Amino acid sequence: MTVSVEGATLAAAFLEGTIRTATPLLFAASGELIIERAGLMNIGLEGVILGGAFGAFLGATHGGTAFGYSTAVLSGVLVMLLFAACTLGLGADQIITGTALTLLALGTTGTLYRTLYGGGGAAVSISTSAAVAIPVLSRVPVLGTALFAQPVMTYFAYMLIPALWWCFRRTHAGLALRAIGERPVAALAAGVPVRGYRLAATLVAGALGGLAGGVLVLAQAGTFVENMSAGRGFIAIAIVVLGRWHPLGVALATLLFSATTSLQYLAQAMGVNLPYQLVLALPYVLTLAALAGIGGRVVPPAALARVD
Amino acid sequence: MSARRSQRLPEPVLRALFVLGSVAFGIPLLLAALGFDAGPAMIALWRGSFGSYDAITSGTLVRATPVMLTGLSVAIAFRAGVFNIGAEGQFLAGAAAATSLSMLPVLRASYPSSPVALVAGAIAGGAWAAIAALLRARFRVLEVISTILLNFIALYLVGYLVRGPLQEPLHIYPQSKTIAVAARLSRLLPSSRLHAGFLIAVAAALAAWWILKFTAAGFRLRAVGANADASRSAGMIDVSRTTTQAFVVSGALAGLAGAIELTGVTFALYENISPGYGYTGIAVALLARLDPLGVVASSLVFGGLEAGATAMQRDAGVPSVVVSVIEAIIVLGLIVAWPQARRMSIRRGQQLPTSEPAET
Repeated sequence: MTVSVEGATLAAAFLEGTIRTATPLLFAASGELIIERAGLMNIGLEGVILGGAFGAFLGATHGGTAFGYSTAVLSGVLVMLLFAACTLGLGADQIITGTALTLLALGTTGTLYRTLYGGGGAAVSISTSAAVAIPVLSRVPVLGTALFAQPVMTYFAYMLIPALWWCFRRTHAGLALRAIGERPVAALAAGVPVRGYRLAATLVAGALGGLAGGVLVLAQAGTFVENMSAGRGFIAIAIVVLGRWHPLGVALATLLFSATTSLQYLAQAMGVNLPYQLVLALPYVLTLAALAGIGGRVVPPAALARVD
Repeated sequence: MSARRSQRLPEPVLRALFVLGSVAFGIPLLLAALGFDAGPAMIALWRGSFGSYDAITSGTLVRATPVMLTGLSVAIAFRAGVFNIGAEGQFLAGAAAATSLSMLPVLRASYPSSPVALVAGAIAGGAWAAIAALLRARFRVLEVISTILLNFIALYLVGYLVRGPLQEPLHIYPQSKTIAVAARLSRLLPSSRLHAGFLIAVAAALAAWWILKFTAAGFRLRAVGANADASRSAGMIDVSRTTTQAFVVSGALAGLAGAIELTGVTFALYENISPGYGYTGIAVALLARLDPLGVVASSLVFGGLEAGATAMQRDAGVPSVVVSVIEAIIVLGLIVAWPQARRMSIRRGQQLPTSEPAET
């Protein structure tokens, strides 16, 4: 009896941790999915998340949580505006621009944080957005509290995937975007405003990346830490690949990456001496294997990063 | 394209002026905007980078060594049209291999074992890159994606090694045992941290320059990077083979950087052994316009900036991450100021016909 209760608690903790880790990743990966379907590759996503996180922190210290989310989105959009100016405006290389943006965000947020809030001292903390339990669903044993007693942003994340699927499959804009990602010249010839769509995709990716940073600060950490995105931007890129540039695939891949992280915390909490670095490396190895065609061919958008 | 580029003499001068300008005016402006006292900070930056014999030899040159090699790694790959952004992972693979080799009882005892460790590091880095090279050649996997993945895997592997097989004997810290004195690179100058790795890096740059400019292999590499389709059509160049070779050599250079950093500076392996040397290498290579000799110069710029930033933080209380901003501004400035810097990596693939006049 006690064993099963403990097992249920652990399972709930594991699930809850998975969802918590997954929320920011899902926002970031959705943004990357959109921009990659438009044939652009944003290596600077890490910088976008970091910018969003700092924006959220700055906003929340002055105007509360909701304002923090809006400044997070704004910061993400600003970073991606720079990306758009360099790549779409000047025709600069996407990879180089992205690398520079990550460096820029890392340096700027780190410097500003230390300047505004002092370096090395106690972290300035802000109140995090509280979990909102959904009436009936949250009562379901094990799954309920893990899935349906989360911060509001998580519910947005749940809705994001079907929304994306619907946009890609059922709307004119989604079709145009996919066409641009496969064959921009053909799309242009068909009268699709390629640059306009790419700009829009870039800004939406910025908003979602910024939101990911916002979730990190406002729903989870409650403070800003230098380099707190901690590679999530790159993880999101891997997620899009493993998810085969498909919304549902991205959702599943996000869960896989998050589950390994959650498993690691669980193992540490239980005192299991697991070489958890190897577990954490697994999803990356799996993504590589998927790219190599194990388990079916993976085909990126044909025009991605201008490589055929 | 590249041939014409190297013949324009004023450009390196312009670039040097641009860098000098962004450092001499950009940093004070940035600091002033943030409310710091720019004067003392700039003095500290100078003192910590080029202001004294000690700063140059123990600071700047030591800091320049790893980024010279990772910059070279990136430059060679980019010249071949390969987007190796995995220098970071290859660096770690090299450092891990060098550590393992240095721990071997056979090598540990008597004679200087650093050459063995360096070769092992280069091989490990090359092998790590070979995974991505193979995936590219065999399955047409974008190397941008595969190298990002491999960077993570390398980081986790090092994390595992320093908590498992390679952990120091007391099993307290997540780092390896310090390698024996005989396994370390020799110091070059009295009372300085400058080690033989610096000379190796400069020699590698000279060799890369020679190979690119004067050998058939170098010509093939440049031809493939400039226009893979034309190279293939010409019929004398095996494009896939050339890019794979360039990719592996690029990885070997980054791996060598890791092995040198381990045997010359840190003497022990730990997760944060690279504070982003692989990524800084991209900036170094870009500033050098992918020219191996230029890499030597631009690595001194970045080495000096990072050495100076440490002093700036210590003496003037300016956060050293401010250097990342300057590095990013230099890269973005290059993109904006030089059209060729924007386009140097465009490869086969669709280009949008636009209403704008062609730039080149």
